[in-house]
Amino acid sequence: MAEITDNSRPRLAGKTRLKWDAVREKPLLLVPEGVLVLNQTAHDVLTLCDGGRTVGEIVEILGARYASDAIGGDVKEILETLRQKTFVTIDD
Amino acid sequence: METPRPFSLLCELTYRCPLQCPYCSNPVGFARHAGELETAEWQRVLSEAAALGIVQAHFSGGEPLVRSDVPAIVRHASSLGLYTNLSTGGTLLTEKLATELRNAGLDSLQVSVQDADPEQSDRMAGGVPSFQKKIEAARLVKKMGFSLTLNVVLQRQNIGRIGAIIALAEELGAERLELANTQFNGWAFKNRAVLLPARAQVENAAAVARAAQERLKGRMEILYVRPDYFEPFPKACLHGWGRVFMTVAADGAVLPCQTAREIRGLNFASALHGSLKEIWFESEAFRRFRGTDWMPEPCRSCPRKETDFGGCRCQAFLLTGHATLTDPACSLAPGHHLITEALAEAGSDEALIYRTARTSLELS
Repeated sequence: MAEITDNSRPRLAGKTRLKWDAVREKPLLLVPEGVLVLNQTAHDVLTLCDGGRTVGEIVEILGARYASDAIGGDVKEILETLRQKTFVTIDD
Repeated sequence: METPRPFSLLCELTYRCPLQCPYCSNPVGFARHAGELETAEWQRVLSEAAALGIVQAHFSGGEPLVRSDVPAIVRHASSLGLYTNLSTGGTLLTEKLATELRNAGLDSLQVSVQDADPEQSDRMAGGVPSFQKKIEAARLVKKMGFSLTLNVVLQRQNIGRIGAIIALAEELGAERLELANTQFNGWAFKNRAVLLPARAQVENAAAVARAAQERLKGRMEILYVRPDYFEPFPKACLHGWGRVFMTVAADGAVLPCQTAREIRGLNFASALHGSLKEIWFESEAFRRFRGTDWMPEPCRSCPRKETDFGGCRCQAFLLTGHATLTDPACSLAPGHHLITEALAEAGSDEALIYRTARTSLELS
């Protein structure tokens, strides 16, 4: 698999679904046989993965939101972990 | 500790099935529980589940597609925001039905095959010609744009073809492959001497699965469920009793897991007579093995007690006659010799007992 770069365009796989869990008040990623309880950063990254935005654009948006210029590594790590599980796909 | 809320509900819509697999996860006495919830009753159960905190509904059976109301039930679950997953043997799936399921909002479809070898697959299904229909169903699932999971139960007769099974999943374009070694409860327990593999087979299969996981990383998710008879510690059954999962059986019985009704002496409430919430929090069956207070030694003082939760209660009951004992699959369990003795007897060439209604009545 190619490395995730600033130009990669991540997309949530069709078999997954992002959901706000109103009972537990937490963001979830639902997958065929499991539930991932997301932290805020992972949730924010995934809501921006529409197959159109690049990783660079996602980092810029979240960097502005969190007032931080050091989140690029976190974003790529989250995407890489989820890509290996086939929950995120990358259109280069 | 505060009682957690469940994430996942298994709806066993029916115990009817055109296939007769000798390792079926339905209770051996399934034919004695012939009643089925009606459409509106399933819909009410799903509404109660969503309010309780369940976010995923799995529909299985038996063969769920023997019921014509599956799209209506799935549609209701989707409208509640639940993630929906359907497990089918595939033989009854048509393009029309797949379209209805798609339109109902079904998120994921799982098709089972018994083997990569067509003849052996049909033999394992009880001699019912089914492999070709299953393959057609899997292709249809892909054509309709669903995410496809291929489910295969591994046992002595097919575990040597694990490589061919993985190749079949690739050829079909499956996004997920579940390779689950047989869990020796219920029907599988009746056939254990025939279905239990040899250690060398298991080690080889694990190596093949690991290599495929590495090779297909990012393309196909391969879940390899290890056989607990060969492991030093038991599986973390259900991630703990009454902690994450609940099952509603075809007739409305609400179970901590789908095999739990094999444990004699436990009483199960029905979804027809109580709310899921009340049953989850208050019923005897769900409270009986929740947490760690029920545990005997060696579990009670074991550092792994929150890791594997004492193993499988159904297996403890089946092997020792007592659901309160440590799962004999654990190498530290006083009853572990029951596992080693079974391993020594594996490889029998006696006839398989297939899962039919008639046999169910005879055996229960």
